[in-house]
Amino acid sequence: MKAYETVIGLEVHVELATKSKIFCGCTTQFGGDPNTHVCPVCSGMPGTLPVLNKQVVEFAMAAGLALNCSITQKCKFDRKNYFYPDLPKAYQISQLYLPICRDGGIEIETAAGKKTVRIHEIHMEEDAGKLVHDPWEDCTLVDYNRCGVPLIEIVSEPDMRSADEVIAYLEKLRLILQYLGVSDCKMQEGSLRADINLSIREVGAPEFGTRTEMKNMNSFKAIARAIEGERKRQIELLEYGRKVVQETRRWDDNKDTSFAMRSKEDAQDYRYFPEPDLPPIEISDEWLQTVKVRQPELRDEKMLRYEKEFDIPEYDALIITGSKHLADLFEETVALCGKPKEVSNWLMVETMRLLKEQEMEPEAISFTPAQLSALIKLVDGNKINRTVAKEVFEKIFKENVDPEEYVEKNGLGMVSDDGLLRSTIEQIIANSPQSVADYKSGKVKAMGFIVGQTMKEMKGKADPGMVNQIVKEMLDAL
Amino acid sequence: MRITEDTVKYVAALAKLTVSEEEQQKVATDLDRILDYIETMNGLDTDGVEPMSHVLPVKNVFREDIVTNQDNREQLLKNAPKQKDGCFAVPKTVE
Repeated sequence: MKAYETVIGLEVHVELATKSKIFCGCTTQFGGDPNTHVCPVCSGMPGTLPVLNKQVVEFAMAAGLALNCSITQKCKFDRKNYFYPDLPKAYQISQLYLPICRDGGIEIETAAGKKTVRIHEIHMEEDAGKLVHDPWEDCTLVDYNRCGVPLIEIVSEPDMRSADEVIAYLEKLRLILQYLGVSDCKMQEGSLRADINLSIREVGAPEFGTRTEMKNMNSFKAIARAIEGERKRQIELLEYGRKVVQETRRWDDNKDTSFAMRSKEDAQDYRYFPEPDLPPIEISDEWLQTVKVRQPELRDEKMLRYEKEFDIPEYDALIITGSKHLADLFEETVALCGKPKEVSNWLMVETMRLLKEQEMEPEAISFTPAQLSALIKLVDGNKINRTVAKEVFEKIFKENVDPEEYVEKNGLGMVSDDGLLRSTIEQIIANSPQSVADYKSGKVKAMGFIVGQTMKEMKGKADPGMVNQIVKEMLDAL
Repeated sequence: MRITEDTVKYVAALAKLTVSEEEQQKVATDLDRILDYIETMNGLDTDGVEPMSHVLPVKNVFREDIVTNQDNREQLLKNAPKQKDGCFAVPKTVE
């Protein structure tokens, strides 16, 4: 077999985190009963006119600046015409001729090293409605709640060569957008959707091969599988002397394969023209400057600051800043309790363990900085020991309990009553002649058995420092 | 003629319009005349004139990001020839 190279470019649609839609005052909230977030404007009633949401322009500018693009200060919208029931106006308001951002790029890092993925453009547009097939009546049901939710489409250059690079690019993109607050980027809810343009060529070939576009992947894993599947499919075609057809394909993750949706032959002619219902946008230098100044700290800066300001290891900083939600949680908890290392430990060990166990994303963590900070204070003030703290933490994580209340109610407070501990230990020593003999013959480890029995007897609530000290003292005195 | 009958058929199909055989010739002639009319502008000297993207001297018309609309489904669906489960029901579309 010849040596092939995979060439991949991405079109990423991102739903912006505005409260209202791009051209009307309907909510953008996800879910909701069908067609309850719809008005005459977004349902395309005759005689209505769109009015642009200013926040959309600012979010698009923020994204463009963070992705090192130049901002098109004189920009406008265009009308893309097509008939499909997900679009009640029979056209989508988008940008073709003067997209708001151009010529950017971000650096990604994979096992293969660092490289820059260039960004061709970012444009603003409106999302379409949702179609659901009704199997009972053989008709299609249309829900326009999502219709008119603002999107930016980020178009990369064909600079990626592997699934690894695509995932690295998407992860970097997602973090940047989340840190900017421009989007929540939840793939499951469709607020980040990536279309993959992929072609194959022989290594060293000067021209690109014929590409296909693949849609409908709703997780990074599905994207990686789809890339691998499409790469193999195209190589197989070429190996058998057949041609790749330029077409749009739909990935079916359950069947682990893709299906042709529409081929180039019936490719659409969208008859774009300048959108007459919206006046042009002129971004002044001052406006651009205001947005620039407002740009928040992004991941790379934050990581460096964590290492310096909080003295936590690079690896911990990497993991914590790997999710905007986790980073926010970390900083807010540190602000409350002033113990960065403790907070980092709880996030890195117990939180990670529970996330894995529950198969959850960090974004879905529901406990608050106040709860974690209260727990840390309980441990710090010797109110509970670490074993109990772990149990309480699990309750906080899973059931959102108030740590102080929970400890109080369940009598989990640490026992540091000297008299009670002494009488318990005395009893245990009396019942463990073998361990005592072992200890006396120099097997210091035997002490661990006595300590363990004591903790068990005290239901894990004893102050471990005190138990250790008393056990040793009593054994040595024998 | 820049607009041929084939162009008319193509554009009509894109716009989902039915143009009869007899109409096609007439539509082609009309559209061609419209282009001729617009062509007169090519006689003007536009050196140094900035391209215009909108006919009115307005720009930056925005609304603030505030939710002002509420559920209005009942009204909305009054326009639906057919509805089901709170949705518009349309002929089956398959991608």
